[in-house]
Amino acid sequence: MAGMIAIVVTLLLVLLLARPTGLYMAKAYDYNPSGLDRVYGPLEKLIYAIGGIHQENQTWKRYAATLVISNSVMILLVYLVFRTQAYLPLNPAGIANMDPSLAFNTAISFMTNTNLQHYSGESGLSYLSQMIAIVFMMFTAPATALAAVFAFMRGLAGKPLGNFFVDMTRAITRVLLPIAFVTALIFIAQGVPQTLEPAAVAQTIQGGEQTIARGPMGSFLSIKELGNNGGGFMGVNSAHPFENPNAISNLIQILLMMLLTTSLPFAYGKMVGNAKQGRVLFVSMAMLFIVLLGVSLTAENAGNPALNAMGIQHEQGSMEGKEVRFGVAQSSLYSVVTTASETGAVNAMHDTLTPIGGMITIANMMLNTAFGGVGAGFMNVLMYAIIGVFLSGLMVGRTPEFLGKKIEGKEMKLIAVTMLVSPFLILVPTAIALFSYPDTLSNPGFHGLTQAMYEFTSSAANNGSGFEGLGDNTLFWNITTGIVMFLGRYFSIVALLAVAGSLAAKKTVPETTGTFRTDTGLFAIVFLAAVLIVGALTFFPSLVLGPIAEQLTLKP
Amino acid sequence: MKVLASSLRISLLFMALCGLGYNLAVTGMAQILFPEQADGSLVQDDDGTVIGSRLIGQLFSESEFFHGRISSIEYQADGSGSPNYAPSHPELMERVTASVEEWKMNNPEVSVRDLPIDLLTNSASGLDPDISPEAARAQIPRISRLTGMEPQQLERLVQEQTSQRTFGFLGEPAVNVLQLNIELQRLLAR
Repeated sequence: MAGMIAIVVTLLLVLLLARPTGLYMAKAYDYNPSGLDRVYGPLEKLIYAIGGIHQENQTWKRYAATLVISNSVMILLVYLVFRTQAYLPLNPAGIANMDPSLAFNTAISFMTNTNLQHYSGESGLSYLSQMIAIVFMMFTAPATALAAVFAFMRGLAGKPLGNFFVDMTRAITRVLLPIAFVTALIFIAQGVPQTLEPAAVAQTIQGGEQTIARGPMGSFLSIKELGNNGGGFMGVNSAHPFENPNAISNLIQILLMMLLTTSLPFAYGKMVGNAKQGRVLFVSMAMLFIVLLGVSLTAENAGNPALNAMGIQHEQGSMEGKEVRFGVAQSSLYSVVTTASETGAVNAMHDTLTPIGGMITIANMMLNTAFGGVGAGFMNVLMYAIIGVFLSGLMVGRTPEFLGKKIEGKEMKLIAVTMLVSPFLILVPTAIALFSYPDTLSNPGFHGLTQAMYEFTSSAANNGSGFEGLGDNTLFWNITTGIVMFLGRYFSIVALLAVAGSLAAKKTVPETTGTFRTDTGLFAIVFLAAVLIVGALTFFPSLVLGPIAEQLTLKP
Repeated sequence: MKVLASSLRISLLFMALCGLGYNLAVTGMAQILFPEQADGSLVQDDDGTVIGSRLIGQLFSESEFFHGRISSIEYQADGSGSPNYAPSHPELMERVTASVEEWKMNNPEVSVRDLPIDLLTNSASGLDPDISPEAARAQIPRISRLTGMEPQQLERLVQEQTSQRTFGFLGEPAVNVLQLNIELQRLLAR
């Protein structure tokens, strides 16, 4: 009961924050002069001067090229930091240089907002790497996605797309840095360490010795959640008592994960001048989210039938791989939030979730439309909205329109290919892994299939959580997931920017009585149907073979 | 070419601003405002020796202490982790069966029906500092028998060390095992 109240209160807080944040974002990204320029202008001017950036409008091709080139430069720089960290300062634990394939994987992982981790922070990274490589990318990756989504929205609104460097800078100065700084201090007050001192050594009560890893974690944690990054400072991420000490830190983490992604529909409504359509999209996604959360909670509360049958006291639900301070309610909520927002932080081990609870986390990543990661998720949502309009247009035999622009062959071809890329990136490598590298799976049977599928789903959706029993620090997993993350990220961004560029160049057609309205309840249903039909048709067979089959084997 | 140069310059700039500047600024502020938390909430004994962290679980294997949750890494806090057993993993079943047998041997007073599941399951981090209040209570008969302390006195101790849900609804009630054992030792010393 208390668990349910906590969940309702949390979701109400998310709801309360979404609209004001969205309106703030729309203002922050408005190229017309505003009061915000007075606050942030001087710092931004300095950044543009040092970067040699002229703030001219870019074509979609130039915008996309700048995005990919700048991100590639960052990947290269961070790769070099990982490969040389042993020689660099701020390495009190004496951590060695990272292996080439792992450094390749990790650099791409953090640049693509995935934060898949095939290393453990305690033993794999120096403090300097955590700061100038990981935290650096935890700012620039969501800033890149925010830039892309606002350029996309400008295109839909028929405006020039803008300038990538300006958009990325504004994300950092106006949104990410201020919020991250304040919430970092709140986390530290709750007990998250923030120190450059090496690990502490304790003489335990039983007469042993305990080495306690710590580090500059508070500043890391806030941007990890706010930017939907999700990579942990420690190996077990936000299940570590230092990375999530209590119920309050857990609540703030959930709010931060949802903050920007739930605000985007409102920012969109403002940018394209159709607030109602933004609300319709928000409500549709919220409904999808609530259904998924309900299923997960039911499964986790019911627990593991095989264990329960031993006659023990199992009122707490499924506690394997969970922490007592969070219990089932907060762990289940966190698992749904982190996959809905494509953050990838975990406060319980997803590998140990009940099969149905685990399936919900995968389904969230496969659909990638119950909010989705900051920026990239909402672009995906708008893509499904256009697919919905297109399907409706086919049914009545009329050229579909979206925001007064005709959706024609060129746009639909780009969208159709983008839509197919994600299942291709998930299912084909999963099949290869199962066939060629079954020894890396730590679980026998159906769960092994789910483990491999989860890894590629998480990579393609740029989520980054894992079924961590997987032996994933091998050449095969490092290279394949690195490629999947890269394509999962940049293919859709570039293709959708092309759609935006094409739509922006079109004449607006006047709305008539025959126009299919895209700000109604009917449109919400069409949108959800597009998401579920495409998602179900693509992924249902593999879910039957994995989690559903596993659930059926759990007999008392 | 110009894009490449700008990319390199702005990347290095953000590396300095977000990578170094931001982290160091927060570290400085934290060390001034919350030095105790920032250093890891360390617990010291009366001589000032560090004996653990309030937030990090510690290994208690001797029978006269309250035990924490199962940890495959035995609470070694230079790392973190769990075996990641799926519900259908055969080794999970074997481990739980063995734990139940061990419980029956060491706690003949308490029936398996009253054995809470958090004592039979591996935590997510392997460093969980807490157990449920029920899990602490289930260990009272054993500790009373081994230390000679009155069960009522131990009951009171568990009650004092139980932290309730925040605001009455957030999180779960929990007992910090390290604090509980420190207080237990203090009582025994008297």
